[in-house]
Amino acid sequence: MSYCSRNDRRWHRILTLLAASLAVLLAFILLFLLYESWPFLSRLRFEDGPFQNPGWYPLEGRFGFAPMIFASIAVTLGSILLALPLGLANAVFLEFYASPIIARGFRLLLNLLAGVPSVILGLWGLTRLVPMITQWQPPGASLLAAILVLTLMILPTIALTSASALASVPFDLRAGAAALGLRLNTRILYIMLPAARPGIAAGVLLATARAIGETMAVLMVAGNVVQIPSSLFDPVRVLTANMALEMGYAVGEHRASLFASGLLLTMVVWGLSWVAYRVGSTTRRPHTNG
Amino acid sequence: MAERVFTSVIIACAALVVGALFWVLSDVVSKGFAHISWAFLFSEPLDAGRSGGIAPILVATLWVLVIALVVALPLGLAVAVWLSEFAPKHLRSTNYTRITLDILAGIPSIVYGLFGNAFFTLYLGLGYSLLSGGLTLACMILPVFVRTCESGLRLVDDDWRRGALALGMSRPSAVWHILLPAAQPAILAGLVLGIGRATAETAALLFTSGYVDRMPESLLDSGRVLSVHIYDLSMNVTGGDDAAYGSALVLIILIILLNALAQCSADSWFKRRLNKA
Repeated sequence: MSYCSRNDRRWHRILTLLAASLAVLLAFILLFLLYESWPFLSRLRFEDGPFQNPGWYPLEGRFGFAPMIFASIAVTLGSILLALPLGLANAVFLEFYASPIIARGFRLLLNLLAGVPSVILGLWGLTRLVPMITQWQPPGASLLAAILVLTLMILPTIALTSASALASVPFDLRAGAAALGLRLNTRILYIMLPAARPGIAAGVLLATARAIGETMAVLMVAGNVVQIPSSLFDPVRVLTANMALEMGYAVGEHRASLFASGLLLTMVVWGLSWVAYRVGSTTRRPHTNG
Repeated sequence: MAERVFTSVIIACAALVVGALFWVLSDVVSKGFAHISWAFLFSEPLDAGRSGGIAPILVATLWVLVIALVVALPLGLAVAVWLSEFAPKHLRSTNYTRITLDILAGIPSIVYGLFGNAFFTLYLGLGYSLLSGGLTLACMILPVFVRTCESGLRLVDDDWRRGALALGMSRPSAVWHILLPAAQPAILAGLVLGIGRATAETAALLFTSGYVDRMPESLLDSGRVLSVHIYDLSMNVTGGDDAAYGSALVLIILIILLNALAQCSADSWFKRRLNKA
């Protein structure tokens, strides 16, 4: 479409400016994160960097992120470990076991679960799960509770992306496997799932990014004690929860350190999405999972 | 034998997930239903929210949402139209815009909160206010909205564009009267996604729209939105759980209502466009 009138050109210019404003927004976000965290970053030296552990005593100027980074990783890994097998099983159920009507209903339920606001899942975890864990292993608000709530949150992502990855496995493979007379479980385990691996991996990476950036649900059930957990039942504080808890009153270098942790988190999430994109683009297909 | 075990494991996993979802929903509905009434919806919170209602909180929630949508919708549509209709197809800048959008969509919401706090509340001097909260949310929902609308516009058949061209329509009016109505399902999907994210958001609003639970008097007043109210009641107020469940049920109903409203208004708006055209 190459015709152009003066009116068109004017519109073109206006819309281009608006689109450019998005790039400016991104630059602004980065600049402000950097600017605000500069007082902290400029003092950072490699010897006493955040991975050494001077402890988190912000009022004494000791900013050791290590326990919180560790907690973030533990919570995220734990929830992926639970959500991956469950989500894969749900995807297999959707694709191979459910009749069309049941599959539609199940898909709807998964979307519903994905749409429950995280603060409501947090509330439910705090008033239901945590008391149950307390009866079993006090204090209740713990790494385990955070993992369970987060599992519920990321499970729909993994299930729906894996289902669409399974659906886009080439028909020849299905037909070939069926023609060989393989049983359904053999076909799924040894043909379909391996063939859908790139799509599944991309979904898992996106879910990981979501889990590590989640704030409210984890903040409400994890107990928020700054420590490296020694068991599943220890309370922990993750990076996002730390920002939410301390931003309200933080000033000076303390505030800067919180912005620095936000910057760190953003970089990690971008890294994960980038890898997900690279992994997923090998078998990228249009699919609907909204 | 192995096959039967496999089948039952798969079905058990599906049942587990459905069970967990119903457990959560039934808790919220039953506990919430016991607490809500007309008085709860239309009165001020008392005793830190333990008793009384959520009227100012509902007002603040709607204001923040309205600000976010008023900013994000026109801007998002414009950028989506630019990306799919006007942007030079093979130029780097088009691709960069898309990458920028994906990067923006990946930023965790708490980081949007940090940015909103630094930029809107402090740098622009808006303070803890409905305005800074709404603008922060607008930044947050913009990328997802643009990407959904753009993919919808891209799916519109080129025949429609050629037809408009053949009729001598100018490009802006072709976009307005033909392409946007044709892309309606995607625009609606983007709108629903945006409303869902904006209404449910908590972390980005903690340090931008604030905690104050009085009735907001202007857009520069601080106001507490529903999700922040739920968080505050359950974490900081002992004995606030019942009111928190009441608010949670109201939040869920609100999201469902807003989605229905978006559906209806988008339908009628696009119908009018088509009839005029």
